[in-house]
Amino acid sequence: MIFVTVGTQLAFDRLIAAVDGWAARSGAEVFAQTGPGAYVPQHVEHRAFVAPAECRERMLAADAIVAHAGMGTILGALELGRPLLVLPRLAVLGEHRNDHQVATARRFGELGRVTVAADERELVVRLDELDALGAAGRIGPYASERLLAALSSFIDA
Amino acid sequence: MARARSRTLLAVASSGGHWVQLRRLVPAFATHEVAYLTTDAGHRAEVAPARLHTVRDGNRSSKAALVASALKIAWVIARERPDVVLSTGAAPGYLALRLGKLAGARTVWVDSVANVEELSLSGRLASARADLCLTQWPHLAAGRVHYEGAVL
Repeated sequence: MIFVTVGTQLAFDRLIAAVDGWAARSGAEVFAQTGPGAYVPQHVEHRAFVAPAECRERMLAADAIVAHAGMGTILGALELGRPLLVLPRLAVLGEHRNDHQVATARRFGELGRVTVAADERELVVRLDELDALGAAGRIGPYASERLLAALSSFIDA
Repeated sequence: MARARSRTLLAVASSGGHWVQLRRLVPAFATHEVAYLTTDAGHRAEVAPARLHTVRDGNRSSKAALVASALKIAWVIARERPDVVLSTGAAPGYLALRLGKLAGARTVWVDSVANVEELSLSGRLASARADLCLTQWPHLAAGRVHYEGAVL
């Protein structure tokens, strides 16, 4: 099962439509959390919103996660040790206020934490290779010692 | 060494990535009394028995929504009387920092690790006001904005 998520705040029909088209061709089993989008997928199980706890369960159970380059999804996938393929939202298409997801995806891609598709065409290519997509290595549940220490000393001061 | 006095902390984050980052900071305030403020009551079970307050996500939406959010946040601060307000974003976190400061709290902003090229708008605003403002990317540290590691 592949779990698709676009977060709760904004529609991302470009991602949902691309995955829907790919699912029609490949016959892959997909569940998509589609957010406040208008596009209704025909070839995947879908729901607009999924409660935080269920979202985490679905991420944990998924063979791979396909998502926007949202930080909640990226950190969630890393915490759970699940492979993640992201398509960053673009401001020019009205998908976000700015292009920070492009920068986030690029940086986390360089660090080997996520696989990045620049556009829908590349997304479909990567979806075909999904079996080869490895998890980037699980991270622990908490921030770096340095950050925790800096915050502790501020709070205790 | 004297043991640190227990503090009351209000931890603020919008649901989604901001919230996930806040939860990764929990060991920094585990010994203190903590109340949470977020935008989705679905997080209540995760933090129980700590109190969890909710506010609408007035992310640069209408003025009326922003005022309603500010009033709710002011009510939460009046009730919790935090010594420290900590936020990982976004807009409601910035409002909580401003209102917390007015109520005499010390304030700390941790800008999202998603902001790789520049601080968020809320982060830029917070950097002028927060007692401690942290970026999670070393190349963005400048002036009042410091780097002290990241949430991963």
